[in-house]
Amino acid sequence: MTSAIQVQGLRKTFGRTVALDGLDLDVQTGEIHGFLGPNGAGKSTTLRILLGLMRADGGSATLLGGDPWQQVESLHRRLAYVPGDVALWPNLTGGEVIDLLGNLRGGLHEQRRADMIERFALDPTKKGRSYSKGNRQKVALVAALAADVELLLLDEPTSGLDPLMEAVFKDAVREFRAAGGTVLLSSHILSEVESVCDRVSIIRDGRNVESGTLTQLRHLSHTTLEATLDRAPDEADIAALPGVSGVVVSGTHVTCAVESGYLGAVLQHLGTFGIHSLTSAPPTLEELFMEQYRVPAATP
Amino acid sequence: MTATSAPTAPSSRPGRAGPPRSSGLTGTTRLLRLAARRDRVLIPASALTLMAVVAGSAKATFDLYPDPSLASPALRETLDNPALVAIYGPVASMSIDALATFKTVLLGGVFLCLLAYVVVRRHTRTEEEEGRLELLGSGVVGRRAPLAAAVLLATAAVLGTSVLTVVGAVAVGLGTSGSIALGVSWAVMGLTWVGVTAVAAQLTETARGTAGFALGALAAAYLLRALGDASGSDSPGRVLTWLSPLGWAEKVEPYGANRVWVLVVGVIAYAVLVLVAFALLERRDLGAGVLPSRPGPDRGSLRTVGGLTRRLARGTLIGWTIGYVVLGAVVGSLGGSVQSFVDSPEIADMLRKLGGGAGTIIDTFFATELRFAAIGAAALGIALTTRMRTEETSGRVEAVLATSATRLRWAAAHIVVALAATALVLAVVGTVAGLVDGGRTGDVGGSVGRLVGASLAALPAVWVCIAVAVLLVGLVPRLTGLVWAVLIGFLVLGEFGPIMNLPSWVTAVSPFDHLSHLPGGSLDTADLLGLVVVAAALTAAGLAGLRRRDIA
Repeated sequence: MTSAIQVQGLRKTFGRTVALDGLDLDVQTGEIHGFLGPNGAGKSTTLRILLGLMRADGGSATLLGGDPWQQVESLHRRLAYVPGDVALWPNLTGGEVIDLLGNLRGGLHEQRRADMIERFALDPTKKGRSYSKGNRQKVALVAALAADVELLLLDEPTSGLDPLMEAVFKDAVREFRAAGGTVLLSSHILSEVESVCDRVSIIRDGRNVESGTLTQLRHLSHTTLEATLDRAPDEADIAALPGVSGVVVSGTHVTCAVESGYLGAVLQHLGTFGIHSLTSAPPTLEELFMEQYRVPAATP
Repeated sequence: MTATSAPTAPSSRPGRAGPPRSSGLTGTTRLLRLAARRDRVLIPASALTLMAVVAGSAKATFDLYPDPSLASPALRETLDNPALVAIYGPVASMSIDALATFKTVLLGGVFLCLLAYVVVRRHTRTEEEEGRLELLGSGVVGRRAPLAAAVLLATAAVLGTSVLTVVGAVAVGLGTSGSIALGVSWAVMGLTWVGVTAVAAQLTETARGTAGFALGALAAAYLLRALGDASGSDSPGRVLTWLSPLGWAEKVEPYGANRVWVLVVGVIAYAVLVLVAFALLERRDLGAGVLPSRPGPDRGSLRTVGGLTRRLARGTLIGWTIGYVVLGAVVGSLGGSVQSFVDSPEIADMLRKLGGGAGTIIDTFFATELRFAAIGAAALGIALTTRMRTEETSGRVEAVLATSATRLRWAAAHIVVALAATALVLAVVGTVAGLVDGGRTGDVGGSVGRLVGASLAALPAVWVCIAVAVLLVGLVPRLTGLVWAVLIGFLVLGEFGPIMNLPSWVTAVSPFDHLSHLPGGSLDTADLLGLVVVAAALTAAGLAGLRRRDIA
């Protein structure tokens, strides 16, 4: 597989603020890649560098095999971008903006344009100033999804969309990938990333902290065990087991977090007290995410 | 008073029986304080500037004519001709005070109207359009409070500026009662525009629409009184002056008749307009205008950044073209009357000092007016060029530059539009003035040719102004607004430099100083080429900066 986007050791500072501090990112051709991070983590800065709007201070970024700063024109014909906060010209209608952006990219699929306008229930005759936030977002989404491109860069594209439209968006993105397209989806809406993305990169303070498929990430993380036992165990004994953390024992009730790979030993130990009931929850993306952000960045 | 009391709404007073009926004004004081804080630089700076211009130019006149009795007859003859009266308003009297404030009474009042307009619009329609009013409106804020706060602040700004100017005028030695009349004259204009803008803000959904109505009304009022003032003393056209609020303010005649009672007319107009604004406010929703917005086409024909830029500039350019047609007509029609009013060599010399020029007095008149038109065109060029920065800060440019459009092509589109637009309006003013003047001379082709040539010959100076804008946008985008200060600097150097006897290397900073005095003078191609080179160099530096820097 080839990489659509390859970023290595990307650095960018604004005055004294470090926005990107050696970021790595690898997006494979044909995948939907989730780009997760809290506000201010550097997601938008990364996208702006990939768009050639900003120049990196260090590191390298390759986009569709080209240099995003040097080859603006040829690269931009092959991609479409949706910003998180879409600003439209107050006196141009949504339809005019869609056609303009389409013409400035590689061209517009007429059929897809009509289809997307219908599915997103967008009124293209309204002027930019009279659209609500969600509708402005739809204008940019329709323009991007109807464009004849191979890569979509989406920066929190569903902010302001209602759940119905979010579903339409997810379908449209999946169709785009099915047709061979690549998507970089920056977001902090975890359910969205979880349901459409093939792989995920989590960034924090301008650095990549986790990267991989959801399954891989889950392996890296903890499974929550909750058990009711026949006899009360000793909290210290459980906590002493390898790969176990967050042990809470109240009477015969135990909850703890167990790293993948150590589950067997823990179950064996608990078994000695007689297991009355047991639930085990694999981590949701939300938990993965919270885990990365709960504590201050660990220094490796 | 007991130590504890039931919580009450901020506006309800103790002793009021029953649940207080909402006046819709709750929170006005707090909004007023917020607005005043946001304008804490704009309003005092504008007030001080206006005062300083009145006092400064009066002082310069006093210094120029230490013996008023010598100045009055000559100056009065010069100034009391339709051409200058159309621009500055009539001279109130023969007194040196009236002559010393001739240029500043009306124009200063117009600037005060602009201040009133900016303050009212900023805190009403702009806030509403940006959605900030919604945030405030969800708090304990009455429906009428934002408009009330904006009107109060603008009223205070107008009255404060008027009072400050009276004080400044008296301080430099202008007569007290005349100075008070000057303050009254300004208050009449400013208060009326507080009301006009308050109404305009209710009519349309956008701050731009508000600008269109309020500034359009100001332009119309200015032209009405210009036509009225320039009409002969027994012509029915003089009534036109009374149809314009700016005309009422003229009728105060500071340092002349001192008709302070005209203030009543201004206050009535102010009260009626503000009441109308509040009545309109009742009839509309937040964010909506009284006039509905119409849907547009669902398909677009824009294919390139150039097309987009032209489309975005269209409305502005149409407005300026209409304005320059009118300006050309006024200037052209006044050409003939200049000669009949000015026939002494001293006066011609005085006019030359004011405007600079060679050849006949009519040529000098045209050269002066066309130079004003060129400075106006430079303002248009700057406004169109600095749109690059507006597009950037509003975030709209992101979507455009994420397409195959490159920065350079995008910037070039803006520059080309600015160059073409300025050339167009200057050609228009020259053509129209030439057509009208041709009626007087009988040689239409010759007049058009001369005046179009003269107005287009000013283009290199306009280009330098555009280039300064490009330079700032490219190298120091945060300071883009400085270009306006630069233009005002050029204007001041050109207007007051010769009168204040500034050394020539100072006045030479202004590109307008290097223009040939046309019509009448001879074309100095070396100077014009120099301007073109400067403009090209500044533009190149700006574009190089734009290519390198981050886009916000």
